[in-house]
Amino acid sequence: MLNVGALREGYVLDHIKAGKAMTIYHDLQLDKLDCTVAIIKNAQSNKMGKKDILKVECPIDTLDLDIVGFIDHNITVNIIKDSVIVEKRDLRLPKRIVNVIKCKNPRCITSIEQGLDHIFFLADEEKEVYRCMYCEEKYRGHRNK
Amino acid sequence: MRHLMSPLDFSVEELDKLLDLATDIGKDPKKYAHVCDDKRLATCFYEPSTRTRLSFEAAMMNLGGKVLGFSSADSSSAAKGESVADTIRVVSCYADICAMRHPKEGAPLVASMASSIPVINAGDGGHQHPTQTLTDLLTIRSLKGRLDHITIGLCGDLKFGRTVHSLIEALVRYAGVRFILISPEELRIPSYIREDVLNRNQVPFEEVERLEDAMPELDILYMTRVQRERFFNEEDYIRMKDFYILDKTKMELAKKDMFVLHPLPRVNEISVEVDEDPRAAYFRQAQYGVYVRMALILTLLEVELPC
Repeated sequence: MLNVGALREGYVLDHIKAGKAMTIYHDLQLDKLDCTVAIIKNAQSNKMGKKDILKVECPIDTLDLDIVGFIDHNITVNIIKDSVIVEKRDLRLPKRIVNVIKCKNPRCITSIEQGLDHIFFLADEEKEVYRCMYCEEKYRGHRNK
Repeated sequence: MRHLMSPLDFSVEELDKLLDLATDIGKDPKKYAHVCDDKRLATCFYEPSTRTRLSFEAAMMNLGGKVLGFSSADSSSAAKGESVADTIRVVSCYADICAMRHPKEGAPLVASMASSIPVINAGDGGHQHPTQTLTDLLTIRSLKGRLDHITIGLCGDLKFGRTVHSLIEALVRYAGVRFILISPEELRIPSYIREDVLNRNQVPFEEVERLEDAMPELDILYMTRVQRERFFNEEDYIRMKDFYILDKTKMELAKKDMFVLHPLPRVNEISVEVDEDPRAAYFRQAQYGVYVRMALILTLLEVELPC
């Protein structure tokens, strides 16, 4: 495998569905962070065939991992400190997501009110259903499916 | 400070207390005639609604309070592009409580988040209309003496009819309630009501198309109007609008102690000949609506009640 180098402190997001690394890169707003980011696309995986990997060199607790949980809670998150894995974090579907997806209901107040946060809440964890906080419209189409 | 966005904002116990207060108001309105002498209600109606707005205004006036507001977006600063959040911040300086109707779903919630006074959702698009639900619950409880162990038929536009959705969500919290959902195929209840509300709560229900088949079983028949403004396509509206017409012949099939409710305004779905039937309760329902809004205003303003 391509060797990108070990992190001193930061995150390794492994088992990202192949082709989705850039989506996560943008949703985590990594473009706005002044840190080293390695994006590995189409890496070989015994489990998945092909996968993407993100390595982010930054202080831990910098990233909002809830967003990653929403995109795909099967992603593995390794948290690195002093060049060793100090935690393997299980991702869960976040109870609430802010400004990640937009409500598509043309009757929703978010369609006209300026500056309003787009907030969705987890209405059904089993069925992975999110609803708009304002109009309760179901979010159709999970990001990673 | 509390707001009212959905009928489910109140627990069953809180709802019972509110309906008890509304019932007491109905029995002795004079007792409450001056409890809000120093209070003001703002009615912020961004779309026309004669009935709900007048009901709120009558409720506040019956309590001795004053009313101010606007009755369409054109006559408000929304026409100049002001946000809902900014409008309520200003209205909070003029009034003690606000009833808001808005064509956009969730607008009253946005208002409540920016408001320093209680906000009542007086209808937001096809989403919620909680004070109609409170009215319906008070009417059923007053006429039948209970909210549990009833068979209720909901007839007409069950797809877009927000009053129906809210009423189902409120009634599933009571034991022994059974629904008969009467609608044409195209206007059946949305799947989230069927799955997330009825099935999840294991509430018995059946979906039928013929009103006549359901009539003999009902304790309450809740008729609804097919609303033109909920359709994007005029042809669909015209095809659906006269699908059900309740008349004397159909009323003969019903129990003697069944009652007919309707959120009003009625168009063709209830023949005027039914109005004379003592089981026609839709105009009494409008009166209950004033009582329950009075109770709601008192509850949200936390006004000290007369003994």
